[in-house]
Amino acid sequence: MSQVLNGVEKSTWKTKVGLAQMLKGGVIMDVVTPDQAKVAEEAGAVAVMALERVPADIRAQGGVARMSAPELVSRIKESVTIPVMAKVRIGHIVEAQILEALGIDYIDESEVLTPADDQFHIDKHLFKIPFVCGCRNLGEALRRIGEGAAMIRTKGEAGTGNVVEAVRHQRAVQGEIRRIQGMPREELMTVAKELGAPYELVVQIHETGKLPVVNFAAGGVATPADAALMMQLGSEGVFVGSGIFKSGDPFKRAKAIVQAVTHYNNPQIIAEVSKNLGEPMVGIEISKIPQDQVLSKRGW
Amino acid sequence: MDKNNSKTPPKVGVLALQGAFIEHVHALHDLGVEAKEVRLPEDLAGLDGLIIPGGESTAIGKLMTRWDLIEPVKDMAAEGKAIWGTCAGMILLAKDIGGLNQPLLSLMDIKVRRNAFGSQLDSFEADLEVPAFEKELSDRQSTAGHPFHAVFIRAPLIEKVGPQAEEIARISGEKEVGPGLSQDKQRQDTIVAARQDNLLATAFHPELTPDRRFHQLFLKMAEGLR
Repeated sequence: MSQVLNGVEKSTWKTKVGLAQMLKGGVIMDVVTPDQAKVAEEAGAVAVMALERVPADIRAQGGVARMSAPELVSRIKESVTIPVMAKVRIGHIVEAQILEALGIDYIDESEVLTPADDQFHIDKHLFKIPFVCGCRNLGEALRRIGEGAAMIRTKGEAGTGNVVEAVRHQRAVQGEIRRIQGMPREELMTVAKELGAPYELVVQIHETGKLPVVNFAAGGVATPADAALMMQLGSEGVFVGSGIFKSGDPFKRAKAIVQAVTHYNNPQIIAEVSKNLGEPMVGIEISKIPQDQVLSKRGW
Repeated sequence: MDKNNSKTPPKVGVLALQGAFIEHVHALHDLGVEAKEVRLPEDLAGLDGLIIPGGESTAIGKLMTRWDLIEPVKDMAAEGKAIWGTCAGMILLAKDIGGLNQPLLSLMDIKVRRNAFGSQLDSFEADLEVPAFEKELSDRQSTAGHPFHAVFIRAPLIEKVGPQAEEIARISGEKEVGPGLSQDKQRQDTIVAARQDNLLATAFHPELTPDRRFHQLFLKMAEGLR
């Protein structure tokens, strides 16, 4: 929903997608305090995600995970000059209205929090603030874009330190894009039906061979090599959640992941920056997670 | 036809550490110029010009420091090579950003304020008059009187243009501004692009719109300075 005044148009689709374009080639880091936000900015993060608990702690502690307290989000916003994002529960329209009122830069309608609605997502076109949403495959990505998401991230499995799901989801998205691009046009409606995706967006994928918004990776990135892997698989940037502040030396690791995303095609540099980083976060085998605690299944 | 068009196109690089660099590469490709992505100092060899793209100026500045690019880019500027900063790139070019502590190239005699319009909610699009197009681009390129549609994203503005630099575009609104709209009032008279010899700075993102006149202006600078 944009506003026009004096020939100046605010909060347009182009400015929403455009901010995500400016974040490309960068790392967005989860932080739970203003001090962590400053560490992230100093390490070269392009944005921070303001949270009360990182996904690894949400997973360990259980209970209902909600939007962060507004005062925490505001304090984190005060502490840095880079963009600040925050998460709302899937379908929680009012949490999103609150974050828009706080004047942050981006909302993540996130499966990492406990869903507020088990059937519907937020109508993101109604907001002036842009949204990023998670996906496991192209159909889910296009449904979210259809609802107004101006940026997409593959979900991975947050809080595990295990990159396998992020890889699966990114490969699924990229593979489906390639498949649609090579199809004859008459098959696109049936594909749209099968994917549960808006037909117009499927046609757009067919014509351009890419998503109409920026696509980051998320969920399980713990090392510079993980981050570079996601970039080589076609991600345009990386979210790192628990992987930084649950590791032995967060500043050093954060800096190394930033360098690895910039130089993702340069193994010499990735090798160099991967040295002496201390302990990575403890990883979790995906098959050991009870089915009802698999976060990436949330989203409709 | 411009006499420079008979020359080979200038060799231009785009700083590709972070941000919207591929958009600049595509814009230059539209104009028949194959740009080089610059991530390390050796990538600068033989270039006639460099674009510093939009992105996060703190992240790009830190990456430039880490990979020893600050001094080589300053040397390029001193040799008279053309350098253009868009948004974050403009911040990096400025000599004065109001005391914020972040790595800069400090090349242009301009005072820049970061995030000058507010948060993402205050990002906007606006039409600009750019007299330099009509004066300096050939007729085919300039389409007289046609404004340049500019996209501003968490944009900086130029608070002051020093004696060494010149203003080349400003946002000027003339309509009345209502109560509670101070951001828009402030925008009534704001410098958003400047030039200083071989250096060009824009607070907005010509790489996000199909109008290529700023890229043409930059290529002309890169050609003329060879």
